[in-house]
Amino acid sequence: MEMNMKRRIFVKGSVAAGALGVAVGAGLLTPKAVLAAWPKEAFEAKKVADALSALYGTGDTTESGDIKIKAPDIAENGAVVPITVTVSTDMAGVESISIIAANNPAPLVASFNMGEGAMGFVSTRIKMGKTGDVIAVVKSGGKLQSNRKEVKVTIGGCGG
Amino acid sequence: MAKKSIKIRAKEKGGVVTVKSLMTHPMQIGGQKDKKTGKPIPAHFIQEVNCEANGKNVMSALFSGGVSKNPYLSFKFSGAKKGDMMKLSWVDNQGNTDSAEAKIG
Repeated sequence: MEMNMKRRIFVKGSVAAGALGVAVGAGLLTPKAVLAAWPKEAFEAKKVADALSALYGTGDTTESGDIKIKAPDIAENGAVVPITVTVSTDMAGVESISIIAANNPAPLVASFNMGEGAMGFVSTRIKMGKTGDVIAVVKSGGKLQSNRKEVKVTIGGCGG
Repeated sequence: MAKKSIKIRAKEKGGVVTVKSLMTHPMQIGGQKDKKTGKPIPAHFIQEVNCEANGKNVMSALFSGGVSKNPYLSFKFSGAKKGDMMKLSWVDNQGNTDSAEAKIG
């Protein structure tokens, strides 16, 4: 009943207008921000060198002691391995830092593009399928430099 | 997505802002099978995290499913002061997105 009453009032009110005006909320829809080309090929690569060439155009990196990787020697839980990469301030203009777990099925785990004012420091947690090297690749001044650290992954948490 | 999937803490000291953030996300790499149902679990992970401070892009991170569940992300930048606002947002492979703002303390 209540619905009908409201409807009556509504119809009366609309008579003067002659037709129902339909409000189109077109302005509410803004195009979704386009993903800034997530490098599918690099992330799906099965080999470290392939991932690097897909991401940077070259697989050649120079070992550098200016890159420090902080990671546990033994990770009891491979699902959560804390990784911190610190780049020495001697290395100017860090453009990007990539974290690679060499023995993962898809080695490239994450890649950080540094914007304005960003320092050469990132810390995150990654998954590791098995024991292997964690490689940090840093791009600065157009050159690729890297360092690595072995992380032993034990399953079952016995610490062995 | 669930509300407030992002926690941010940003602290300025000596001109350098240290940001620590936690995002709530399953980070499913995909390809595995559900042990109970035997059905494959679809890939569901954050692909991109963007961070802005004072309207400038400070850092953007690209993730694969190899980043741990409920990703933790910490980084440092200069060029902002106490009281400035910073924004963090993510987009996952299924098109979901979320963002949060925090005041630099």
